[in-house]
Amino acid sequence: MDTDAVCHLGEAVRKDQLRFITCGSVDDGKSTLIGRLLHDSKMIYEDQLQALARDSAKHGTTGEDIDLALLVDGLEAEREQGITIDVAYRFFSTPRRSFMVADTPGHEQYTRNMATGASNAQFAIILIDARKGVLVQTRRHSFICSLLGIRHVLVAVNKIDLVDYRKEVFDSIVRDYVAFASALGFKSIVPLPISARYGDNITYRSGNTDWYHGQSLLDYLETIDIQSETTDLPFRFPVQWVNRPNLDFRGYSGTIASGGIAVGDEIVVAASGRSSRVKRIVTYDGDLAVAEAGDAVTITLEDEIDVSRGDVLASPTQRPEIADQFAAHLIWMDEEPMVPGRSYAFRIGTQTIASGRVTCIKYKIDVNKRERLTATTLGLNEIGRCNVATVVPASFDPYHVNRRTGSFIVIDRYTNRTVGAGMIDFPLRRATNTIWQPLSIGKRERSALKHQKPCIIWFTGLSGAGKSTIANIIDQKLYAMSHHTMLLDGDNLRHGLNCDLGFTEADRVENIRRAGEVAKLMLESGLIVICSFISPYKADRDMVRKLVGKHEFVEVFVDTPIDECVRRDPKGLYSQATSGKITNFTGIDAPYEAPSEPEVQLKTLGLQPEQLADTVLNCLQARGIIALT
Amino acid sequence: MNAQDMTGLKTHALPRHLRRLEAESIEIMREVVAEFKKPVMLYSIGKDSSVMLHLAVKAFYPAKLPFPLMHVDTTWKFREMITFRDETARRVGSDLIVHVNKEGIARGINPIDSGSTLHTQVMKTEALKQALDLYGFDAAFGGARRDEEKSRAKERIFSFRSAGHAWDPRNQRPELWNLFNTRIRQGETMRVFAMSNWTELDIWEYIMFERIPVVALYFAKPRPVVHRNGALIMMDDERLPLQPNEAPEMRTIRFRTLGCYPLSGAIESEATTIEDIVAEMRLAKVSERQGRLIDTDEVASMEKKKREGYF
Repeated sequence: MDTDAVCHLGEAVRKDQLRFITCGSVDDGKSTLIGRLLHDSKMIYEDQLQALARDSAKHGTTGEDIDLALLVDGLEAEREQGITIDVAYRFFSTPRRSFMVADTPGHEQYTRNMATGASNAQFAIILIDARKGVLVQTRRHSFICSLLGIRHVLVAVNKIDLVDYRKEVFDSIVRDYVAFASALGFKSIVPLPISARYGDNITYRSGNTDWYHGQSLLDYLETIDIQSETTDLPFRFPVQWVNRPNLDFRGYSGTIASGGIAVGDEIVVAASGRSSRVKRIVTYDGDLAVAEAGDAVTITLEDEIDVSRGDVLASPTQRPEIADQFAAHLIWMDEEPMVPGRSYAFRIGTQTIASGRVTCIKYKIDVNKRERLTATTLGLNEIGRCNVATVVPASFDPYHVNRRTGSFIVIDRYTNRTVGAGMIDFPLRRATNTIWQPLSIGKRERSALKHQKPCIIWFTGLSGAGKSTIANIIDQKLYAMSHHTMLLDGDNLRHGLNCDLGFTEADRVENIRRAGEVAKLMLESGLIVICSFISPYKADRDMVRKLVGKHEFVEVFVDTPIDECVRRDPKGLYSQATSGKITNFTGIDAPYEAPSEPEVQLKTLGLQPEQLADTVLNCLQARGIIALT
Repeated sequence: MNAQDMTGLKTHALPRHLRRLEAESIEIMREVVAEFKKPVMLYSIGKDSSVMLHLAVKAFYPAKLPFPLMHVDTTWKFREMITFRDETARRVGSDLIVHVNKEGIARGINPIDSGSTLHTQVMKTEALKQALDLYGFDAAFGGARRDEEKSRAKERIFSFRSAGHAWDPRNQRPELWNLFNTRIRQGETMRVFAMSNWTELDIWEYIMFERIPVVALYFAKPRPVVHRNGALIMMDDERLPLQPNEAPEMRTIRFRTLGCYPLSGAIESEATTIEDIVAEMRLAKVSERQGRLIDTDEVASMEKKKREGYF
């Protein structure tokens, strides 16, 4: 081997790989940028350039010039439409690094592809058209990058040539970007003015932007220090395959997801808690003394303990979470919406869980405004914060701690399509460490002492519909009949227990969740609990209904038309809402979902509160909750 | 016991980017063996297949390969390829299935008279489908890489094929993280491209570092060739009819990519070692597919072939 070759080898040995994603809106120039990187790093061959020249004449959008975007727009259909419709992976390399780029589409409906590309990316290039500035899509892409765990972004202000290379334009876009991205948890945001079409600041700093003193894009890509955080995390080894060629050898094959391991180290099988020590770390190239995150190895253990595919070998002092319920962010990827309660298959690490379900959607996220909205289902490309329950416990870490062990996919059990992707936030503790403490005296005993059947009477309706008035009359009447009652009023609870909550959708959901839990406790103490809450969302009312027994929840819809409520306006709130002094006011600028099948529907127009209260009492009698009078 | 075991230490000779690619491919291969009932490795004798096989041996060590190799033979491969194939199977100790589309042979399909499109369709695409059905394989490893061609760049690692082996680019499953959806129904199959993220240069560098045997046709040597349609075609046997103006001449050539010999264009080169090839690669001005005559037949030809079930 000559000296040149030796130098070359020395160089190659230090070479590493960087995987990144490019995102931006339609026409921001993503494909052109990637084409430019390939071209300038000499990854384009002559025959490909010739083909490009042919294609440019046929499909190009750059007139006489070669359209670099055509280098990367792959499939026939999309080349004709001039848009990128799926994730494409591109490769280029320099002597210092090799790069894998996920090119993802800017179209609104393709959150799915963007998340796919981001899931394996170590960093992101966010493209912004200098003429357009920060767009709704820019926010969306940045949010998805953040959600998928990307912590370093390069903000490439493209087409800087079209704004005459003006510094003010660049500065103003960067200010806008930093202002909204500061909440996204990025560790670094590096702004860069570029022209992908003409190559400004791509390989070399451009003379056209003499006010820019940072690195060129390629310089930055070659030198950005993205520490492999996975090696510093606790040891996790999801077992992929049991290697058992003969009776004398039993090894566990897999790729170390995080941390490191040495021969002699103690490990535990996360799910069973059984422990052993590492006997050998076997590879084809010889046994290893130590191995670390990213290594594909086969581990043998000192003891014969039960280990199979799906198990996670872990550090005994820092074990993963084990739970059959967890909270997660879920990205829905299928045309068929996600319905809570429906059974899906889950894949977490190497564990396949045959059946699991979303027990509730806490809220979905408007990715453009980053607002929380209530939701009963998740549609294609929607992102929700959900609670998930699985039939068997899973081993995992929170995604923000460990991307490899905190991610999961959701598979339709019938079509086998991959329908969702999730990032676990935390285990729901009631599933694991908190064991339900059995009480000697239960609801039955407590209510027997009070000689009554406990229940929740839930009043829902618009503000001013008459809920509190009717509820109050019923409370008095039941009291007169020697019943033990308690009245929970929405406004009253907001002065204490719920004083930290506002009127956004998410807060309303939490408001009702707390009220429901309190009502349930009171129910268990044997009381008849009268609840008066606007409770505009059907899902929230149903959530409370599901907390208690089938016959213990009586929903009373106080059905007063909005015009009548506005006319009554007992608290003067409607006039404030219509004049804009109050926002998120139900019936004005926030929705009310009327119950479809309430136990009692009170059409209040023309009737007195006393009469309406009697209607409710009749219903309670008919249901055997209170005695006939 | 070797020196590594005695010291308990092993230095990684491989560059980090190759170690990462190697580990990723091994992980994918183990996933297939853990999840599918009857996998097979499509072995096409070329450099990519050599690397794929090497990775598989590593993935399952110390166990033997838990699947057979299968070569879909068009009967027009270079003779040296066939010799190398049989030697390799013996060396690795794996089962080798050789499948030929007998109907195609009976119909007289060949790359010279039938044209490359029909030949490829019948002797490769159809033949592969026949073989997968015949043996009931539910997953097939292929050595295709995303850097080879534009439509490959969007290919999944686990590429789902409906019953009938059709590939629908709009009905592919999203692939996030390293979580692969391996579920299929009866009759459906998966093509698995464990080396999706490798580039041609990665392949050669890996061959160099790992000292992986490859067919000698990759190394330059004086060989008899004719100029045809702008390509250098090697006279591998007497089946290649000479056209009136053609005269075979000895040229020092090698191949960047190997297939049916009448469809494989050679390059003039002096590269006789792997180090030479890597050095040449770094200076190369044309892509490897330039030497493959089957791609230029029609627009987006690869995409079309894939829809029909080509690898």
